[in-house]
Amino acid sequence: MLRQASRLLARRPILAARTRPFSTDLPAADATFAEAWNKVIPIMDPPKTPLSFMQPRPPTPSSIPSKLTVNFVLPYASELATKEVDMVIVPATTGQMGVLPGHVATIAELKPGVLSVHEGNEVTKYFVSSGFLFIHANSFADIIAVEAVPLDRLDANLVQKGLAEFTSKLSSATTDLEKAEAQIGVDVHSALNSALTG
Amino acid sequence: MAMAALRREGRRFAPLISPRPITAVRSSPIAPTYEDEGPIGVRYISTQVVRNRMKSVKNIQKITKAMKMVAASKLRAVQTKTENSRGLWQPFTALLGDLPSVDVKKSVVVTISSDKGLCGGINSTAVKISKGIRKLNSGPEKETKYVVLGEKAKAQLIRDSKKDIELIITELQKNPLNYTQVSVLADEILKNVEFDALRIVFNKFQSVVSFLPTVSTVLSPEIVEREAESGGKLGDLDNYEIEGGETKGEILQNLVEFQFSCVMFNAVLENACSEQGARMSAMDSSSRNAGDMLDRLTLTYNRTRQASITTELIEIISGASALEG
Repeated sequence: MLRQASRLLARRPILAARTRPFSTDLPAADATFAEAWNKVIPIMDPPKTPLSFMQPRPPTPSSIPSKLTVNFVLPYASELATKEVDMVIVPATTGQMGVLPGHVATIAELKPGVLSVHEGNEVTKYFVSSGFLFIHANSFADIIAVEAVPLDRLDANLVQKGLAEFTSKLSSATTDLEKAEAQIGVDVHSALNSALTG
Repeated sequence: MAMAALRREGRRFAPLISPRPITAVRSSPIAPTYEDEGPIGVRYISTQVVRNRMKSVKNIQKITKAMKMVAASKLRAVQTKTENSRGLWQPFTALLGDLPSVDVKKSVVVTISSDKGLCGGINSTAVKISKGIRKLNSGPEKETKYVVLGEKAKAQLIRDSKKDIELIITELQKNPLNYTQVSVLADEILKNVEFDALRIVFNKFQSVVSFLPTVSTVLSPEIVEREAESGGKLGDLDNYEIEGGETKGEILQNLVEFQFSCVMFNAVLENACSEQGARMSAMDSSSRNAGDMLDRLTLTYNRTRQASITTELIEIISGASALEG
């Protein structure tokens, strides 16, 4: 029954994309906001708010679902949109973190590292620059990253060169700002290095 | 008595004195045709004015059609980017909810508009909504400041709210929009402006003819904690565990900054899309109007031309018949 619900949910966004709703069909804005608006400015319609443009999330189910629904978004693309997977391993600041269905609700910040998505027997790996991970109680995981590339797009030579360059910059840095920037460069490149080798 | 007689005499003379103004009034207001006096008193009607008018209207039609094509191609380019970025703000709203009616002391309205004009009414609607939000949030101890992106909103807001504008940013679309640029912008705003709630006003692109004014609210970390404690929509934020050694306050700080840059990125893209779409429809209706005007002018031109030919013929024939008879 739950699987049906999640399949229906997965289907609804596709339908919404194909048949764009009329602006009058969209759900009304937040009720208190609309009321307050209409009292003060009765001439204009209240502006829409993000809630009207979002599919509502399902409530927390009573039993642990079998699959984890993952949204992996980047500024210029939605890599995975409500994809159902078995497990994801994310590079949180505390190290590699595995997320299974039924994981406790968590907010985690990500550091540069490898993100792997496990679906059945196939594993897709991405290198993420940094971002956030939200795990909700209803086994929905949102990963928001600034940059993510599949591992086969990384060039080992450029990584080595970058690492050397930033290490030298770190040793020759004078101000705190320069040191911080060089440190970030070193972190990212060493993570890239370990991603390629490990 | 004498005045009345003079007035009566004046009235009789009037039609003889000024024939031209009456005929000028009779001709249509669109195409004022002049009756010129030739050397022997032969009158010929000049179509020069109408022709000039037709030439300029045709040029306007060409220009607006070209602008429509340019806007259509730019729209195609931005639309794919916009649709791809739509997933970016949804996780934040899923986590932190959407509280446009939150009660805060310092709210900052970020109005996003275009730099160039001729794009219909989208900039005016954005400014009207911003002013409406300011009115909504007015009260004792409450203040609203503006951060303005784009020339058009700047021109409109500077007139009556000059002292409330904190930051003005223009020439956003000089280079193609990308996340790095917007995150630097968001950083600037976060550094220089104190806020309890940021309300971003922009036009969301729904379709080529429909743009919905939208307001996205981003709350500061302190307000998020306050709302979480008081329960309500953000009540179950406390149920989320924080991974890592940071405190909840630190992570909320990073989260809010990241949320702001993501929401700004989507808002700026959506507004750019709406701008191109609005410009397309404005230029389309403009070229259609120019086409209609050209049709009416062509009819007037033909009528005038035929009238002048008829006048010439009449004069020639009457001259010839006077010689014969």
